[in-house]
Amino acid sequence: MTGILIYAEANGPEIHPISFELLGKARELAEKLGLEVWSVALGCRISDKASELIYHGADRVYIYDDERLRDLNVVAYKNVLVELVRETKPEIFLLGATPWGRSLAPRVAAALDTGLTADCIDLQVSENGKLIQIRPAFTGNILAHIETVSKPVMATIRYRVMKKLPRDVNRRGEIIVRRLEEIDCDGIKCLGKVSERGISLADAEIVVAGGRGLKKKEDLKMLEELANLIGGVVGASRPLVEEGWISKDHQVGFSGNVVKPKLYIACGISGSPQHLAGMRDSNIIIAINTDPSAPIFRHADYGVVADLYDFMPKLINYLKERTGKTA
Amino acid sequence: MSNQGFNIIVLIKQVPDIEKVRFDVETGRIDRSSAPGETNPFDLHALEAGLQIKERFGGLVTVISMGPRQAESSLKDALARGADRAILLTDARLAGADTIATAKALAAAIKKLGKFDLVLCGEKTVDGDTGQVGPEVAELLGVPHAAYVCEIREVTRDSVKVVSDMGDKYLYELKLPALLTVTRELNSPRLPTLKDLLRAKRLNVEIWTADHLSEIIPVNQLGFQGSKTKVVKVVIPSTEHRKGLILKGDDAVEKIGEIILREVAGG
Ligand SMILES: Cc1cc2nc3c(=O)[nH]c(=O)nc-3n(C[C@H](O)[C@H](O)[C@H](O)COP(=O)(O)OP(=O)(O)OC[C@H]3O[C@@H](n4cnc5c(N)ncnc54)[C@H](O)[C@@H]3O)c2cc1C
Ligand SMILES: Nc1ncnc2c1ncn2[C@@H]1O[C@H](COP(=O)(O)O)[C@@H](O)[C@H]1O
Repeated sequence: MTGILIYAEANGPEIHPISFELLGKARELAEKLGLEVWSVALGCRISDKASELIYHGADRVYIYDDERLRDLNVVAYKNVLVELVRETKPEIFLLGATPWGRSLAPRVAAALDTGLTADCIDLQVSENGKLIQIRPAFTGNILAHIETVSKPVMATIRYRVMKKLPRDVNRRGEIIVRRLEEIDCDGIKCLGKVSERGISLADAEIVVAGGRGLKKKEDLKMLEELANLIGGVVGASRPLVEEGWISKDHQVGFSGNVVKPKLYIACGISGSPQHLAGMRDSNIIIAINTDPSAPIFRHADYGVVADLYDFMPKLINYLKERTGKTA
Repeated sequence: MSNQGFNIIVLIKQVPDIEKVRFDVETGRIDRSSAPGETNPFDLHALEAGLQIKERFGGLVTVISMGPRQAESSLKDALARGADRAILLTDARLAGADTIATAKALAAAIKKLGKFDLVLCGEKTVDGDTGQVGPEVAELLGVPHAAYVCEIREVTRDSVKVVSDMGDKYLYELKLPALLTVTRELNSPRLPTLKDLLRAKRLNVEIWTADHLSEIIPVNQLGFQGSKTKVVKVVIPSTEHRKGLILKGDDAVEKIGEIILREVAGG
C-alpha cells in the first residue's frame, strides 16, 4: 500500500508542532483515500522522536539521524528526501509552510519534476478521489482550488490551520532508521545561528497590535503594558515596522506573520487587506479606532469607536482593578 | 577587469498594484486592467543587491522577466535603475505557467545566456505569493540557494556569506554560482532619476519567445501545457460573520474589559 508522506521538521532536537498538525490531516485523508501515513525526519539526535510521530498518527517513520544533518542544509536535505520519495513512491508529500519548509519544498519538487502548491489552508478529496489543495491568493482576497497532475502531489501547509490528533501512546507503527554513506551538500555550508527569533507571534494566544493610530514609538509601551497584563504579545502593522519602531518579528500581515490567536486586539489599525491577511482567522477580534468607517470594524467581533489615547489607559486601569495586578 | 566581474542575473516579475487591483466578485478573476502593473516590490530589493555588487566588484546585471508584453515597462525601469541588459520572455505558449513551468522557462533563459555567478530573486511575489520560483530555478540550474536573505555579509570571487532569516537567523556560505531570494530588510532600493528614466526609454529590452528557449527545453514543458498544478476553481472567501458589535462611550471600557477577562480565563 502506498502512502502520504509527511516531512517532520526538526531543527535541533525538537519536532516543529506543525508536523503533528500535518499528521492529523494526513490521517483523515488516508482514511478517505485508502493510504498509509508515513513520516520522515532528518536531523541529529532525533531518533527518540520517532514514536511521537507514531503517537500522532504515522504508520511508518523514516529516521535519518546523523551528525552531518545537524544544520539545516537545503542541498543535503533535498538529496535525502528526493531519494526517499523515488524509493517509496508516496502519492502525496506534505511539508509545513514554515520558512524552512518553503525553502526546501520547491527544491524537492523541482528535482522530482512534480507540482507544488504553496501555503495551503485546507486539503480536500474530490468526488473522483483527487486531492484538492486550497490556498489563499492575492493576499487572501480569493481562495484557489488546485489539483496536481503529477506524482507525488506536493504541498506546503500553513501553521496552525490543521488539527493534530490527541497523542495516543497505544498507537503502533514501524520505525525505519536509515544510515547514510555519503551526504552530498555541494556548495553550501551553515556557519551557525546568528540570532534567535525574538518572539514567536505565530504561537501567541493573545496579540495586542498597534498601527499608525499610534503617534510615536514610546506609545507602544501602552500596548506592551496591556499585553503584559493579559499574557499577550505585541504585534504591529507594517508601517510601524518600516518606521523602525518595532522589529519585523512583530509584524502581522501578508508580508509578516500570520497569527491565529484566541484574542486579537487591533489598536489604531485601519484593516488593509494586507493586514487582514495575517489576522483574519483570529478567534475573537477587538478593534479600537477613531474612524467608524475603518474596514477593520467589518472584521471585528467588537469594535470601539474611540481615541486609543483615551481608551487604552482606561482599559488598562479597569483590568488592573479587576485582576488586582499592578504590573 | 570587466571579464572578471560578476555576471549577475535578477529575476523580476510585474504584478498588479495589489492595493488598487479589483476583483470580479462573480468569477473571482483579477481584473488586471483595473490597476497599472508595477514591479513586484520584493524584486526591487533583489535588483538593488545586484547593482550594489556590480558597483563594488564590477560586472553585468541582466534582468529577466517572464510575462505579458506590458511587463516591458518593469524591465525599462530596471534598466533606468542601472541594469545593463533586459530580457522579456513573452509568448502565448509561456502563459498560464505554474511555478515549476515558470522556473523552467527562467532557468532555460539563464542557461542560454551562459555563464553566471549569482541569480537574485525576491522572497515572493505579491500576486503568486509562493516563494517557490527561486528555489526551483536553483534546483534546475543545479546550484545552491539561500532563501530569505536579509543580509549579505561577504562577497568574494567564488563565494558569498549571507544571513538567512527563517525566524531564527542563520549564516550560510554558498559557493558561486548560487541563487539568493531576498527579503525587504536587505536594502533600500534606489529610485531612478528622471534622467535615468529618459535614458532607459531608448534602451532596448530583448524580446524572447518560446522558440528562443526550445534548444534548451522542449516547449511542451513550459506555460500552461507544462504546468503540473491546475487551478480548478477560484472562490471568494465567504464574508466572515463577525458580531461587529460597535461600542461607544464609557460603557465600552467595562464591556471590552470583561470580554478580555473572559477570553484570558478561557484557557
Ligand atoms: C506588498 C505589500 C505587503 C504588505 N504587507 C503588510 C503586512 O504584512 N502587514 C501590514 O500591516 N501591512 C502590510 N502592507 C501595508 C498595508 O497596505 C497598509 O498600508 C498598512 O497595513 C496600514 O497600516 P495601519 O492600519 O497601521 O495604518 P493606516 O491605514 O494609516 O491606519 C491607521 C488607523 O488608525 C486610526 N487612528 C488614527 N488615530 C487614532 C487614534 N488616536 N486612536 C484610534 N485610532 C486612530 C485611523 O482611523 C486609521 O484607521 C503591505 C502593503 C503591500 C503593498
Ligand atoms: N514570471 C516571472 N518572471 C521573472 N521572475 C519571476 C517570475 N515569477 C517569479 N519570479 C521570481 O521568483 C520570485 C518568487 O516568486 P513566486 O514564487 O511567484 O512567489 C519573485 O520574487 C521573482 O524574483
